[in-house]
Amino acid sequence: MKPEHFSERLVDVDGWQVNLTTYLLGDKWHTKADNVSPGASLARIVADTREDAESRALARAKELLSRTKRRV
Amino acid sequence: MSMYAHPEVLVDTGWVASHAKDGNVRVVEVDVDTRAYDEGHVPGAIAWAWNTQLCDTVVRDILPKAQFEALMTQSGINNGTTVVLYGDNNNWFAAWAFWQMKIYGHQDVRIMDGGRKKWLAEGRDLDPNPTQAAAGAFYKASEPDYSIRAYLPQVQQVQKSASAVMIDVRSPQEFSGEILAPPGLPETCQRGGHIPGARSVPWGKACNDDGTFKSFDDLQKIYGAEGVSQSNPVIAYCRIGERSSHTWFVLKYLMGVNNVQNYDGSWTEWGNLVGAPVEKGAAKSVGQT
Repeated sequence: MKPEHFSERLVDVDGWQVNLTTYLLGDKWHTKADNVSPGASLARIVADTREDAESRALARAKELLSRTKRRV
Repeated sequence: MSMYAHPEVLVDTGWVASHAKDGNVRVVEVDVDTRAYDEGHVPGAIAWAWNTQLCDTVVRDILPKAQFEALMTQSGINNGTTVVLYGDNNNWFAAWAFWQMKIYGHQDVRIMDGGRKKWLAEGRDLDPNPTQAAAGAFYKASEPDYSIRAYLPQVQQVQKSASAVMIDVRSPQEFSGEILAPPGLPETCQRGGHIPGARSVPWGKACNDDGTFKSFDDLQKIYGAEGVSQSNPVIAYCRIGERSSHTWFVLKYLMGVNNVQNYDGSWTEWGNLVGAPVEKGAAKSVGQT
């Protein structure tokens, strides 16, 4: 299989930058959300549509990022 | 444009596509997110999980020698195998594996420039089925070379004497103490900030947007501005030692810094020490106090 429609974009989630990487593999859309700096993985979702994969990845990222406390 | 100090440690995606199944080549995917390999991987590649296969799972340490030898043997790697490492997040944990392989003296280990991201972006073949590696002959590791690893007592000494350049490769927010761990990850230290005197150079500055390493000249500008030169000793650290192994790789093999060590105890060690000096606040430029 070859990945198709590879894309990356930055999204602001509650003040945190999240990098969304999406591509089509076979008949499934794969989305990975990671924090931009330093780049740790937040979510990996497989779905039937790009929209579903990205929205679920963002929801999971939002949930995890809400646990991060800013101290300054 | 200047060449990397050791260009032989990098291969591009085209080389891997042509040679991944060569008899003397073993391609290994090492990801931050260990589920990535299961989605599909470079045909012929095996996977190592950083959190179970590339560390001692009881004591906080790198793989003991006997376990390293067993992993190599099970992976079909012998002492003469060309090992090509790649992974997600611009080769974070591929660099961690590279560092350990150098500690145990593996001669021919390389990194696929751009990692998994570039392979995907180029639309190259992915195999969803795990590769079954036939076990090789018994692998004989060298005695560990700890000259490329910094331990706490040495880092404490360096902090007091300023006898090496210390590079903190975490994000600016971790460096300043605004956050204790990368956003979204569990907090694993008691205090935020950085080792006094450390310079802030987030690891990702060494990479282009496509995941490949920046040119020698660009790297020279980035790290040179923070006091790094080929002749001065350097210690890189992050939170648990994996991001700093990426910077260690860049400094040692691409820039040719002679004496560079990875402090894998990193912030989860220093930031939990009772009485350890901690500095807070954003990075200052060289010469600023």
